[in-house]
Amino acid sequence: MAVHVDRELYERAVRFVEEQGGFSSVDELVEFLLSEVLSEEESGSGMIEEDEEKVKERLRSLGYI
Amino acid sequence: MVSRPHGGRLVSRVVSGRRREVLLEEAGELPWLELSLDRAVDLEDLAHGVYSPLEGFMVREDYLNVLGEMRLSSDHPWTIPIVLDADPGELRGVGEGDDLALRYGGRVLGVMRVEEIYEWDKRLHAEKVYGTRDPRHPGVARVMGMKELLVGGRVDLLNPLPNHLEDYTLWPEETRVLFRELGWRRIVGFQTRNVPHMGHEYVQKAALTFMDGLFINPLVGWKKPGDFRDEVILAAYKALIEHYYPRDSVVLAALRMNMRYAGPREAVHHAIVRKNFGCTHFIVGRDHAGVGDYYGPYDAWRLFEEFPDLGIQPLFIREAFYCRKCGGMVNEKICPHGEEHRVRISGTRLREMIRRGEKPPSYMMRPEVAETILGFKNPFVGDHE
Repeated sequence: MAVHVDRELYERAVRFVEEQGGFSSVDELVEFLLSEVLSEEESGSGMIEEDEEKVKERLRSLGYI
Repeated sequence: MVSRPHGGRLVSRVVSGRRREVLLEEAGELPWLELSLDRAVDLEDLAHGVYSPLEGFMVREDYLNVLGEMRLSSDHPWTIPIVLDADPGELRGVGEGDDLALRYGGRVLGVMRVEEIYEWDKRLHAEKVYGTRDPRHPGVARVMGMKELLVGGRVDLLNPLPNHLEDYTLWPEETRVLFRELGWRRIVGFQTRNVPHMGHEYVQKAALTFMDGLFINPLVGWKKPGDFRDEVILAAYKALIEHYYPRDSVVLAALRMNMRYAGPREAVHHAIVRKNFGCTHFIVGRDHAGVGDYYGPYDAWRLFEEFPDLGIQPLFIREAFYCRKCGGMVNEKICPHGEEHRVRISGTRLREMIRRGEKPPSYMMRPEVAETILGFKNPFVGDHE
């Protein structure tokens, strides 16, 4: 599946992959970013469950919930 | 669903765990910059997403865009520059691309990847942000006292700033969870730096009538001499909420954020910040974030018209006053009676009464609130604090 992005943005992504490491290609970077954003939308808060539980614990201890 | 963060994603630059340990160790070897309290507060707010989508102190392009267009280079509305100042001597040997440790009180708070070091024109800054170069304006005076260069770049927070009001402090990621847990969908934010009087209560309840929840978010931190102390404001609101607000319809939490007294521009800034906390609506009152007579009482309302893409709905609520004929708190839109029947609640007058140890009349302030304030030995910020 092809995704069209602005050329300048693509070139920045290429540089990012080359310089920062952690991703083997722009495809991998795009896939990672999309999954991050979409999972954020689905969970509502953008936090992993463990972090959200910590937040709830603090809110409980302060009497907010 | 609470409001989406400004720019689409809530920023988090708070580093924890093993990565924090590594960065802290590295920070000990880095060139460092000692921050003022104001900048340390900005750093913490940046890291906790209060200023989303900003991930660090502004680089020149964003800075100039905000000065001139009131937008970031990404075109998102943004009205107040968030900048880090430094003297040339403090940045000797530091260049773009370098890491810089950010300290406060000699302790490492965070690190910055320096993207840009640039000069700025303080007078232009004052003119654009505050609409005046008058050095008597407290925000202008603050700017004129800042250092000669600005440093832009992404930040990471490694240590929290000491906070004696920690138990009152909630960050955006926390309020977003809280609002969801409370089942609130329409949330109105209220910005304050004062103790509540009847006019505030009227405005808040007018808004709450149409909302699921009210988020009262007093600013704590630097204030002018003569302002109420943070502890006093929070205690006064607790008393008000306990006696006069329905349970589960109000959240009170403090926000340590610098007050700029930039009037209309700061009103928009306050709205953006509350959007990041999850608010869908924001109350904009009379002379919001103003000081003295630098801004017209409703200038801020007009500025909001320039931002149809703000992503948070401003609620313009007129100043409330007590009308003897109506027998209650009203505003100009709903009261037909003349000025001779109206009693305006003056913050200055209230402060004078409290300074003399007098309890304001109940049409001005709830007795429980007044008693709480008068219970403090010195409720005001002093001249040398």
